[in-house]
Order: sequence, then structure tokens, then C-alpha cells
Amino acid sequence: MSTITTEELSATTLLRFATAGSVDDGKSTLVGRLLHDSKSVLTDQLEAVERASASRGQEAPDLALLTDGLRAEREQGITIDVAYRYFATPRRRFILADTPGHVQYTRNMVTGASTAELTVILVDARNGVVEQTRRHAAIAALLRVPHVVLAVNKMDLVGYEEKVFAAIAEEFTAYATELGVPEVTAIPISALVGDNVVDPSSHMDWYGGPTVLEHLETVPVSHDLSHCHARLPVQYVIRPQSAEHPDYRGYAGQIAAGSFHVGEEVTVLPSGRTSKISGIDLLGEPVDVAWTTQSVTLLLEDDIDISRGDLIVPSKDAPATTQDIEATVCHVADAPLTVGHRVLLKHGTRTVKAIVKDIPSRLTLDDLSLHPHPGQLVANDIGRVKVRTAEPLPVDSYADSRRTGSFILIDPNDGTTLTAGMVGESFAAPEPVKDEADDDGWDF
Amino acid sequence: MTTTVAAVEEGTDSPYALSHLDALESEAVHIFREVAGEFERPVILFSGGKDSIVMLHLALKAFRPASVPFSLLHVDTGHNFPEVLDYRDRTVARHGLRLHVASVQDYIDRGVLKERPDGTRNPLQTLPLTEKIQAEKFDAVFGGGRRDEEKARAKERVFSLRDEFSQWDPRRQRPELWNLYNGRHAPGEHVRVFPLSNWTELDVWQYIAREGIELPEIYYAHEREVFRRGGMWLTAGEWGGPKDGETVEKRLVRYRTVGDMSCTGAVDSDADTIEKVIVEIAASRLTERGATRADDKMSEAAMEDRKREGYF
Repeated sequence: MSTITTEELSATTLLRFATAGSVDDGKSTLVGRLLHDSKSVLTDQLEAVERASASRGQEAPDLALLTDGLRAEREQGITIDVAYRYFATPRRRFILADTPGHVQYTRNMVTGASTAELTVILVDARNGVVEQTRRHAAIAALLRVPHVVLAVNKMDLVGYEEKVFAAIAEEFTAYATELGVPEVTAIPISALVGDNVVDPSSHMDWYGGPTVLEHLETVPVSHDLSHCHARLPVQYVIRPQSAEHPDYRGYAGQIAAGSFHVGEEVTVLPSGRTSKISGIDLLGEPVDVAWTTQSVTLLLEDDIDISRGDLIVPSKDAPATTQDIEATVCHVADAPLTVGHRVLLKHGTRTVKAIVKDIPSRLTLDDLSLHPHPGQLVANDIGRVKVRTAEPLPVDSYADSRRTGSFILIDPNDGTTLTAGMVGESFAAPEPVKDEADDDGWDF
Repeated sequence: MTTTVAAVEEGTDSPYALSHLDALESEAVHIFREVAGEFERPVILFSGGKDSIVMLHLALKAFRPASVPFSLLHVDTGHNFPEVLDYRDRTVARHGLRLHVASVQDYIDRGVLKERPDGTRNPLQTLPLTEKIQAEKFDAVFGGGRRDEEKARAKERVFSLRDEFSQWDPRRQRPELWNLYNGRHAPGEHVRVFPLSNWTELDVWQYIAREGIELPEIYYAHEREVFRRGGMWLTAGEWGGPKDGETVEKRLVRYRTVGDMSCTGAVDSDADTIEKVIVEIAASRLTERGATRADDKMSEAAMEDRKREGYF
């Protein structure tokens, strides 16, 4: 690290990714190795882990203790909650959502995947693709995580055999592609020994691809904005009303998708009023164009009524507003979600009253089987839900926009976050786009 | 200049990829604006430490050209570095802000809190903080906590619900999905908000350098009279040091964190400019809390316990 200059350190991008897999697959070992080999575990942290491991009678430092931060977790030897880890290489800064394998499994992985641009799914080379692997792939597909890495671990235990790896990679890629996962990168590794995690393996000459870290460092972190619908949820109206800025009225928000430019015709939803962008302030600096995920303030030519909760969109690309939302949801609260449940729905910056009209089906992630009309969803259930809102909302389909196609349901009595929702179809159509009969298969 | 389009490396990132500092800045600004939009009486915990200084800088940028719609709250342990108090007062004056002070010394003088045998006042901050939040009816309290600091913090939410006793219950945390923060709370409850959750110590320093933010001078290498206790260099002073065989010596040091004088250690350093500090941190093999905070060395769950009781 000593050769790094300050200039190199500041010119990096940020990648948010999640890991999925159980302790048995060697997830903790992989995470520990990424952190350790990228020199992100510092001496006092490692010493604390060594002390704690020794006091528990363990011979080797248990790297899982690096992330098991809560007393209950350490006492029970389990990870309860998503842990966020941070590390950096000269090329990129990483935010890792480390999701536990057992307890509250689905809820945590959905949470971690919701902001992730990449998911690493681990399998044990000896076991290949198992039920849990399919569950992980399904969650990555549901949450539309753009990049999936299949890390085939414990290659040392199968003699570093190319055939073993190729068969697992092929089976997984076929399954993930069917679910609409746009990109799968399979990497043969041994987290324990360190093969292909940070450094290339000397045991697998037949593999010519990147190591896990190389892939994390080079995978693209943003998409072609020309295909995105531009969206700005208004968070706050900035009105200084000062002598210097008597008439300044700016609409502050973080661009959820796409880009905006000065001179663009825009529509404000749900009111439908239109105007033109007269200026964009990027945290105090005027700019001509701004894009996701910048926090900006838009100035408009006309003095129209806009407040928190409104959505500013290009007039030529405005979503329809609706009071009837159909979505795939993951129930995250302990109390069940039932038909007739009166809730609050938060979409972008707007929170409205809503009622659960129907729960048409529940989905079993292991085999993607459907259970019609389950009556309720309990914690960690994935299902389809129809919601009626008290006011019209400009929702996108989650497939088009992860930010403006998602929402949460909140209990109006105690404020609990009940459910995470994704508007529209559950899974993307597999590539190439199939006919209607096939699509029906995923429309559960 | 606020936007740096990251260097395009081997064609992997489009020109629209934000640099990591721009991404973190935008996320923090989004959090400040969410709170401004959803809460009645937010307050920023401001100690004059670098994290709270960065928070204030971000809040100023978030609402420009309007003023910051929050006041500041300093939990004053009574063991302050004079340079930091001076910085605090100058900052408040320059930006026309309102400052609330919750004083640990007052509580000790009134007999409500008792001085600990080790002289450390960090754990004593919780009660004055909680009572000030209740008295002023603050409903959102911004803290500078970062998830990279400590492993109990690694599981903290950006919006963290506290009951009327300010207590944190890790099992009752609300899952946080996408950037949809849930700020609902009952009367008497409040929400601690951590806009720097995803920042690391190095990010904070790089941002300070990029934005040209002024810090109290104790963050840079200077000569100081210190003595050794618990493996750290502490500043000699009225608060209770040195004693029993501890000897004072003059060393070239700087502070990586700023807190209560009695438990915040200085590190040996010749980093007297921000560039040198960044290089030093990038090469450091110790976390900032491991290097400088006596209170976190108490037990494996020291931070979790203090957080449960209502600490920052």
C-alpha cells in the first residue's frame, strides 16, 4: 500500500456487491480472504479475532468473527443481520453486503441485493448446484442484480478438475439465464488456499478468466443511460427567501435513473403540469447536464406547484400513474401480511395510504413452484401482491428502473417496515425473448 | 469543482460512473434531504471532530443556496481540546447556526452523574444527550458514526430507531432496502441518522482534501506534552493525568479522532499536511478506534453495550 499516491487513491469508482452462500460453502473464508489479501483487515481487528477464537478453543482465527458484530451473534455462532464491509484496491472502492446463510435468510439477501450491482453466489465444487444455489439465483434475478458471479469453491477438494467446474458452471448459467439474469461469470476458486480469489491459481492452468477480485475491479458499474427513463423524485423544495436569492426556488433530489439537461421539457407527476428545465445546480455548481445517481437541484422556467413526493420526468418519457399496483414482494416483518391489511406505501419520496387487495400467489424459491391464494405472507415469504393506493402514483416497472419501480409497505401503527415490493413481472424474459406461452410460466 | 468523472480504465466504466467520493457525497446529501423532508426538528451532533465537520459540510452543500434547516448539538464532556472548542464556536458563528450544548459537567455538578474512577467521561455522555433530545423534542439526530469503525456499527442502519430512553435494539432494526428510508416513529421516540454510514476513514480524509475543509489543528502533527497510558499517548491536563509514575514527555503527535481528552489518544506522526495524513492512513495497519480509543478496548461488546444504552 505504501506505493499508492493520493492521486491514485481518489480516482476510483465504487462497487456495491453482495455475497450469498452458507458457512459450509466457505463464504466467510472467501470474504475473509478478500479482506485479508487486499490488506483491509487491520492488525488490531485480526488480533481481536485471534483472541476471541483462542478463548473459544479454536485453533485458527475464525474470520467469520470479523463480521459477527453483535453479542447474540457471537454467543450463538450465527450471523443474524446483514453486515457491511468496506475495502479498497487502487482501482476501486467496495461496499460488501455480507448476508447470512441461515437465519432470516431471504430477508437479508433481498436487503443486501437491493442496492447491489453484483452478487457473488458460492457453491461447493463437491456438491455442485443445490437447492440453495437455485434460491440464491432466484433472488438475484428477482432483485435484478445486473452481474452475477458464480464462485465454484473448494476446487482443491476435487483435484482442480476442469470437468467438475465446467459442468457446474454450465448447469448454473443455464438456470440463471432462464430466470433472466443478464450476465453470469463463473470462477473456479479455493478460498481456503487462495486460488483465484485475489491472485491467479497455479493449480488451474486451464482457466484463463479473471480472479474474483480482478472481476470485481473491472466489472462496469453503470449502464448506458440512453436506455434509461430519466426520473427525479423531489425530496425537498429549496427556497432561501434571502436578500441575495429572493426568488430562488429549486427542486432537490437524487436522480433515480437516466439524465436531465438544461432546456429539457419536463412533466411533474402526479399533477401532469409541464415546464422546462432552466438550470441544474449540482450541490452549488451550475451544470448543463446531470445523471444518476447525482444529488441535484432542478430549476424550472415556470412557477408551478411542486412539493416533496412529486416526480419530475421528461415530458416525452412520462410513466402512467396508477392506483392499482401489482408487484412481487418479499415480506420482511415478523407479523404476517394479509389481504385487507391497511398500510402505508413509500415509493420514491412519496408515502401514501394503501390497502392490500389480494395475494394471488406465494412462490417457493427452491423450485419456483406457485401456491395460489396463500391468504397471507409471513417473514421471508416471496409472493405476488395487488395493492390499491389512496392516490395515483407514477410507478415504473422494476425491470426498467430499480429505484422508481420499488416500494416498501409500512405498518401505519408502529412504523414497522413490512414488505419490500418490486412492480411488474417477477423475472425478466430469458434471452432471447421467448413467446407468450413461456412468459406465462414466470407470471405467477 | 464537485464532480470528478472517474478515470476510464480499460474501458470498464462509462463516463457516467461517479467517482467513489461523488457517489458517497450524493448518498449523504440524499439522506440529509430525506430528513429535512420528513422530520420536524432534526439536529446534527457536532463535536468538532472530523466526521461531524464533514457532516456539516455536506448539509451546507445539500441546501445551498438556502441555509441548513437543522441546528447543532454538542455533548460537552468538559474535557475538551481548546482548539476544538474554538473551532466549534467559529464554525457556528460563520454559518449563522444555532448551537445546543448538553453538558456532562453540569450533571456531575448537580450530582446526577458521578465521575468514574478512571476519569473517562465518554460513557457519561449518554444521559445528557438523551435528556437534551427529550427536552428539545428532537426527532432526528444526525450522528457521524461510520460502519467501518467498529463491528457493532457495521450492522447499524442509516435510519436507526431509538425509544424514549434512546435505546438501540439490534433485533428490532428495520430492514433498509434500496434508498427507501423509513423514518416513522412514535411520539417520544427519535431516529438516529448516519449519513456517513458507508464512508471509511480514508474516504473522510480524501473528501476533506478534495473540498479543502478546515479542521482543528490537532488533527495534524504538532509537538505536544503527552504521557503513556493503556498503550496510548494522552494529553496531560486537569482532567486527571499524569498520575502514579506516569511521566510527561514532548512528542510529535497528531489525533486521528477527537473525543473526550481522557480517553482519546494521539498517535506518533509527522503528517503535518492533509496529503501526508492520507498517505499515513492508507499505510496504517491499525483502525482509528483501535489506535486511539480506550473506551472500545473495554470488552468485545463495548460499543454494542453503549449503543444499546443510547450512545451515539
